[in-house]
Amino acid sequence: MGNELKVPTMAELSAAGQQPEVLFWVGCAGSFDDRAKKITKAFIKILNKAKVSFAVLGTEESCTGDPAKRAGNEFLFQMQAVTNIEVMNGYGIQKVVTACPHCFNTLKNEYPGLGGNYEVVHHTQFLTQLLEEGKIALEGGKFKGKRITYHDPCYLGRANNVYEAPRELIRKLDAELVEMKNCKKRGLCCGAGGAQMFKEPEKGDKDVNIERTEQALDTRPEIIAAACPFCNTMMTDGVKNKEKEGSIAVMDVAELIADVEDL
Amino acid sequence: MEYLPNILFALVLIVGIGYFTRNVKRLSRNIKLGKDVDVSDNSSQRWKNMAKIALGQTKMVVRPIAGLLHVIVYIGFIIINIEVLEIILDGLLGTHRLFAPLGSVYDFLIGTFEILALLVIIAVVAFWARRNIIRLQRFVKPEMAGWPKKDGNMILYIELVLMFLFLTMNGADYQLQLKGAAHYVNESGIAGAFPVSQFLSPLLEDLSIANLIIVERTAWWLHIVGILLFLNYLYYSKHLHILLAFPNTYYGNLKPKGQFKNLEAVTNEVKLMMDPEADPFAASDDNAPEPEKFGASDVTDLNWVQLLNAYTCTECGRCTSECPANQTGKKLSPRKIMMDTRDRLEEVGKNIDANKGTFVEDGKQLLDDYISREELWACTSCNACVQACPVSIDPLSIIMDMRQYLVMEQSAAPAELNNMMGNIENNGAPWPFNQMDRLNWVQES
Repeated sequence: MGNELKVPTMAELSAAGQQPEVLFWVGCAGSFDDRAKKITKAFIKILNKAKVSFAVLGTEESCTGDPAKRAGNEFLFQMQAVTNIEVMNGYGIQKVVTACPHCFNTLKNEYPGLGGNYEVVHHTQFLTQLLEEGKIALEGGKFKGKRITYHDPCYLGRANNVYEAPRELIRKLDAELVEMKNCKKRGLCCGAGGAQMFKEPEKGDKDVNIERTEQALDTRPEIIAAACPFCNTMMTDGVKNKEKEGSIAVMDVAELIADVEDL
Repeated sequence: MEYLPNILFALVLIVGIGYFTRNVKRLSRNIKLGKDVDVSDNSSQRWKNMAKIALGQTKMVVRPIAGLLHVIVYIGFIIINIEVLEIILDGLLGTHRLFAPLGSVYDFLIGTFEILALLVIIAVVAFWARRNIIRLQRFVKPEMAGWPKKDGNMILYIELVLMFLFLTMNGADYQLQLKGAAHYVNESGIAGAFPVSQFLSPLLEDLSIANLIIVERTAWWLHIVGILLFLNYLYYSKHLHILLAFPNTYYGNLKPKGQFKNLEAVTNEVKLMMDPEADPFAASDDNAPEPEKFGASDVTDLNWVQLLNAYTCTECGRCTSECPANQTGKKLSPRKIMMDTRDRLEEVGKNIDANKGTFVEDGKQLLDDYISREELWACTSCNACVQACPVSIDPLSIIMDMRQYLVMEQSAAPAELNNMMGNIENNGAPWPFNQMDRLNWVQES
């Protein structure tokens, strides 16, 4: 594509005496997981195109502690939290955007009690805002009329009542948004939450991601849209399990937008 | 002798209400075995939630069929209770249809009660069929075997019998009024309207006045005694929700569902660790309280709202039917978490009663003896159970508290989770990547 990603770090900006408007919290998946890194890049491309003043923490970022907390290790969670808060408060950060609903939930809801008070938004909310401000324009075309079903991440939907922002973006693509049997408040988990991502599931008849993928396939989609790197992994695995990876793509909402903008 | 029925009635009433009061005291004592938790905030929002969710049944109707049937029984229950007031006053005063002077209003009320009674009968039959003939999946899960299943049916039978007694009583009364029996006739014509019980006429109209009085009195007495028995059955039954749904929705969580509480005891430790001024060699204060136990292994480690949750649960199983782990055949059932909590709490309460007010160690606890680790580790923390509960019960908070106990007190996390946590500790990510490589993706094409 040629155009280099512009990814300033807080350290660089701070050294130059600058303060970005928003911190992009990349998260562990967004930093290390090969699939999620693509989502990170897609989002960065949009930020660059929209000339958003942002920075990342880079090597100063550390796990928010979410999986530790959900696994029951409150001690480790709080150690992570206070360390991150010290770094963020040191840079005087006011606003945070992240593409991971788990980071989003933890930063938004659980950090304030430990001294970290920021305005935290999920990237789908941030993108909706960019769209409203006219900083990005979604000229459909590429996804026009395509059947897209959207999988609600638990930590974005039920946990924080964000159901509309991602849907609004998909509708703006002129795509045909089709809902699964379980959606919004009754959305079915992908199976990764509560630290399940990092362990084998307990004995049962089926894996949760297969159940959810079947619900998605019932809508006969061309694309399964997700808004969480972990959901993305689970749904991608589910689609592969059903041997549909040739005809159905699992994409993050940010990737859809970057795609339409030909970034 | 003429006051014998009044005295008998007063005695029945005193025993019924007295025993109920004893049960309420026991219930409240057991709930208070839980840890204190501050729920004094946002009282206006809390009242609103109670009005909407408990009184307004807003979450019941998410499932339209069960919701509609439930609303019928619920309205029937509340409105028919106005009639119970008249019955109690009649019983105590020796009057008959004390409110009859209300005239057309009275006719309207009695007529409405009758129609509601019929609707309740229809709804109860439908509920029974859902449990026993259609056998909806959520009613036949393993935790429903035995007493819970019997309890569910028992409630329906009692309601059915009470409604039939109410209609029989009215039907006989109507005949007695038609026949001009003393004590039953009213100067201003027929008292009450009998849109439903009039259809019992073919069965009753040939009876003599004496026999009709026997039928009417028997139904009247059985009805009120039945109600008092039902009241006292509540404490032993899932039906307790008809009372506790109100406080439970009031005390329900107001924060975003994703926000799990930060343990204060841990915060203090972490602050101490981060404090450069703290003296690592300081002698510990002899008077320092014993360090708090992290998480929950028994019911007394839970807070009282969680215990109230357990008593409020009516075992409808909406949580379990929405649970991704349960749907895919895992052992976890959020309903079972609540039922186990209540069962263990009852056991602890009985232990206290048997030992003159103090709990004597019984070698049992909520963890392992009731709730297995396999169940706890199957949870995805997705909040589907919390969302599904029509009365704001939070099974997830109990699961999380118990995980905290397993991890922080026992270091008993599954090995893979220990790896994940080790990684976070060592390199700030759940996977074994170096923190210094966190920005490498920028350079990768």
